[in-house]
Amino acid sequence: MAIKDYLRERFFPHLWCPGCGHGMVLNGLLRAIDKLGMSKNEIVMVSGIGCSSRITGYVDFHTLHTIHGRALAFATGVKMARPELNLIVPMGDGDALAIGGNHFIHAARRNIDITAIVMNNRIYGMTGGQFSPLSGENIRATTAPYLTIDPSFDVVELAKAAGATFVARTTTYHIQQVSDIIGKAILHEGFSVVEVLSQCPTYFGRKNKEGDAVDMVQHFKKNTTSIGSKAKQENPDLIERGIFVQTELPEYCSEYEKMVQRAMKGQ
Amino acid sequence: MAKPKLKKHHINRDWCKGCGICVELCPKKVLELDDQDKVSALRLQDCICCRLCEFRCPDFAIEIETKE
Ligand SMILES: Cc1ncc(C[n+]2csc(CCOP(=O)(O)OP(=O)(O)O)c2C)c(N)n1
Ligand code: SF4
Ligand code: SF4
Ligand code: SF4
Repeated sequence: MAIKDYLRERFFPHLWCPGCGHGMVLNGLLRAIDKLGMSKNEIVMVSGIGCSSRITGYVDFHTLHTIHGRALAFATGVKMARPELNLIVPMGDGDALAIGGNHFIHAARRNIDITAIVMNNRIYGMTGGQFSPLSGENIRATTAPYLTIDPSFDVVELAKAAGATFVARTTTYHIQQVSDIIGKAILHEGFSVVEVLSQCPTYFGRKNKEGDAVDMVQHFKKNTTSIGSKAKQENPDLIERGIFVQTELPEYCSEYEKMVQRAMKGQ
Repeated sequence: MAKPKLKKHHINRDWCKGCGICVELCPKKVLELDDQDKVSALRLQDCICCRLCEFRCPDFAIEIETKE
């Protein structure tokens, strides 16, 4: 199937700004699904609110565009009712880890079979460039005219500690890795977290003098490296890309089904 | 497998937003933005059909068609 068949072409051109990384994440995601040969009816995509969350409007799957920070809660409900479906939840960094932080850690703790994608542009794009828990220190934002003082979460470490059984990171520059990792995350049975560093040229780029979209994408090439590479040993500031965790542990819906069976037997 | 040969760059001018990502990241510098900030394929003979332009376009505005 051509990947355009997964798009709701009637809503194109999409509303994301020129060069917004979120479109690249969508592109990589659809290629992963195409490669897996999945049909539209097997997939439910659930999102919250944000520029990133607009993604559900553009894909011809079952889609739910819900409320800010709560996409994982809605997705949990869908998955428990229809465990045979594949749940994909793309989120912005604010959506996933500011207002949605609690849902995020508990979905990870339960190891429910959902693929969470954090489209991390380190800023609130939709509401005009406020800083987020992933901005990190010394970042200029609408709400930080004198630079941020807050340290950032490390999505990978947080997801690991909370119990996610698949944890990976990549960037929009590394577009084939985006597809490859998202494909593996979808196949993984359990809670999968894929962080994709994504560019917001309109707010993050402009406020932080990171240049245009092209410069920002090239930054991702310069500032990242494969897990455990020699470059990382020489320059600890480089951000690692790849799959950090991939383990099999009991999945929440399967455990729930076992409990239902016990209850039916009255034990 | 034989190397794929280029048949055509399909460009959707209504969707292209002129971000320049495909232009700057094409390994063979095949593409350029025209005076209306839309992508156009100029140096067709240099294209190696790697499809990176197609994979990276945030707007699904460029596609590579090949012949075997
Ligand atoms: C309950 C609630 N609080 C606040 C908002 C306002 N709001 C909308 S989107 C957003 C943050 C968007 O940033 P992010 O999630 O990082 O996504 P991006 O737009 O950068 O893709 C906020 C605070 C809201 N819609 N609902
Ligand atoms: S404001 Fe930023 S995140 Fe939102 S569409 Fe524009 S570039 Fe993308
Ligand atoms: S990447 Fe896409 S939107 Fe950007 S200039 Fe190229 S074709 Fe146009
Ligand atoms: S297929 Fe590769 S070489 Fe050809 S125009 Fe696209 S990026 Fe350039």
